Amino acid sequence: MKIKSQKDFFSGLMFTVIGAAFAYGATSYSIGTGARMGPGYFPLLLGVILALLGAIILFKAMVVETPDGEHVGAWAWTPLVFIIAGNLLFGILLGGLPSIGLPAMGLIVAIFGTTIVVSKAGDQFNFKETIVLSIILSLMSYAAFIMLLKLQFPVWPTFISG
Amino acid sequence: MELVNNLSMGFGVAFTLQNLMYGFIGCLLGTLIGVLPGIGPVATIAMLLPATYALPPIAALIMLAGIYYGAQYGGSTTAILVNLPGESSSVVTVIDGYQMARKGRAGPALAAAGLGSFFAGCVGTLILAAFAAPLTEVAFKFGPAEYFSLMILGLIGAVVLASGSLLKAVAMIVLGLLLGLVGTDVNSGVARYSFDIPELTDGIGFITIAMGVFGYGEIIANLSQPEDKREVFTGKVTGLFPTKEDFRNMIPAVLRGTAIGSMLGILPGGGALLAAFAAYTIEKKTKLRPGEVPFGQGNIRGVAAPESANNAGAQTSFIPLLTLGIPPNAVMALMVGAMTIHNIQPGPQVMTSNPELFWGLIASMWIGNAMLIILNLPLIGMWIKLLTVPYRWLFPAIVLFCAIGVYSTNNNTFDIWLVGAFGVVGYIFIKLGVEPAPLLLGFILGPMMEENLRRALLLSRGDWTVFVTRGLSASLLAAAAVLLIVVLLPSVKSKREEAFVEE
Repeated sequence: MKIKSQKDFFSGLMFTVIGAAFAYGATSYSIGTGARMGPGYFPLLLGVILALLGAIILFKAMVVETPDGEHVGAWAWTPLVFIIAGNLLFGILLGGLPSIGLPAMGLIVAIFGTTIVVSKAGDQFNFKETIVLSIILSLMSYAAFIMLLKLQFPVWPTFISG
Repeated sequence: MELVNNLSMGFGVAFTLQNLMYGFIGCLLGTLIGVLPGIGPVATIAMLLPATYALPPIAALIMLAGIYYGAQYGGSTTAILVNLPGESSSVVTVIDGYQMARKGRAGPALAAAGLGSFFAGCVGTLILAAFAAPLTEVAFKFGPAEYFSLMILGLIGAVVLASGSLLKAVAMIVLGLLLGLVGTDVNSGVARYSFDIPELTDGIGFITIAMGVFGYGEIIANLSQPEDKREVFTGKVTGLFPTKEDFRNMIPAVLRGTAIGSMLGILPGGGALLAAFAAYTIEKKTKLRPGEVPFGQGNIRGVAAPESANNAGAQTSFIPLLTLGIPPNAVMALMVGAMTIHNIQPGPQVMTSNPELFWGLIASMWIGNAMLIILNLPLIGMWIKLLTVPYRWLFPAIVLFCAIGVYSTNNNTFDIWLVGAFGVVGYIFIKLGVEPAPLLLGFILGPMMEENLRRALLLSRGDWTVFVTRGLSASLLAAAAVLLIVVLLPSVKSKREEAFVEE
């Protein structure tokens, strides 16, 4: 059987799997009855509905003709990897990773690291420009979040500020 | 006149120095992100929510509301000058607005958009003030069964009116509802779907979902396309004031746009985007006056009507939120979050328990609109300069502010890992052609729906017919069914798909 719409096929599959997973998970909680709903009642109901909807989408994707096959298309790996990596790096630098003994480096280091990594996601990367941008963003963040809003952030690395 | 009394109390609240300042910041930020393509009010409000912890609730809400309607003003500037919608609700403004700019009439186009928005904003605010009280009365008659049915209607309405594929949108709602259930169940104390991760027992933060899916997901999708060549009409904005002829064409269009926008804003799923579409379609159907420029070639009505409509819609979409506690669109869903952060349960009781907040917010909208017209017309040059900022400087800043915002909600790096995961999920959604907005609505409503379902069934001793035997509840469900059936009718279906292809 040929897939008529790739986008619908995979989204249908996604909904079915997630719905089934939630419904399965719900069975480990007490379900109860309508009059006395347990914690599993509503998620089980919704999980089944989601799985059914996914199945219908899946079925339509196999049957209903589309002019171009609605391909999912190429994945933009570069932006995906660098944006997410930059985000994770921010967390690691800001808070440190006690599990591998990495100390918290604080907000400013995190801003530089994140800006540089995230900038790589674009197709025109310029190191000097990125450094200037990091400096501007550091100043702005310091003024807005630390001075104005007084958020509780580690600003400098722990081994400097103590 | 109770309304006048209430409004004057509201103005008293809104005219304090602090609230004026936060209103101004909101409007300024709103215009800023409206002008910048690639970042919308949903991501911005999500980013700023954590920062509002420290503010008094009224100041926080005034600022966040300002961002939403401010974005409607700013979006038109980009649409007219760059041929890109700065905001999704300015998509149709691009058509005639850019053509006007090409003919050297960018000034009148900007003025039409600004003045139309201002008029519509004022009317929308008045409607909000007038409708709020009677609707709240109705809301107090609602029991759990009615609330459950109302939420069904709201969710169905949201997907029927505002998304592409109906089935996929409904599936996204259900997925959102499920995600909303993650965390400790209030009734039994069972931690559901938390996989023994302590952070998950508090549930997934909606800021995390909104930023991951709307912020990161969209940035990744934007970057996967080559940067558009932007042709900015910067030097050519002279003679802001429209001619007499322009005014004669504009005024009826503004009036029609305002009326349509106000109506569509109230509907579930409505709001700025839908209002702009509908207004433009109607203008196109009205007859051209002799000597008038055809649509698509720079007709001023094609700018004035949708811009008025989107602003009126932005204003009136606060009505279901403030009176019933039901968010009609993704931005309002975030406003629910903002209210809960400050321990205000959105719903009919807000008006009686926090009258200063309620009327102050409404009054602030009028002040905000007045600020915006000043920000956007005389100071237009500043915004034009901003359009020359390239995207490659913007997206690192957006990612950074998202990460900072997420961290500051709980001062916990776990949320940063989670927002990264939702960024990947958001990109997958875009690739698979499923709209994320219904997910956010479902996410906000999930716990509320479960609670009302539980109560309704408890009262009826497990009898599901309670939803159809109670009159109000039955008519709400009937309305939802009618909406679904109408959309699935073959003739409407093809028309509707056409309309969304135009996007």
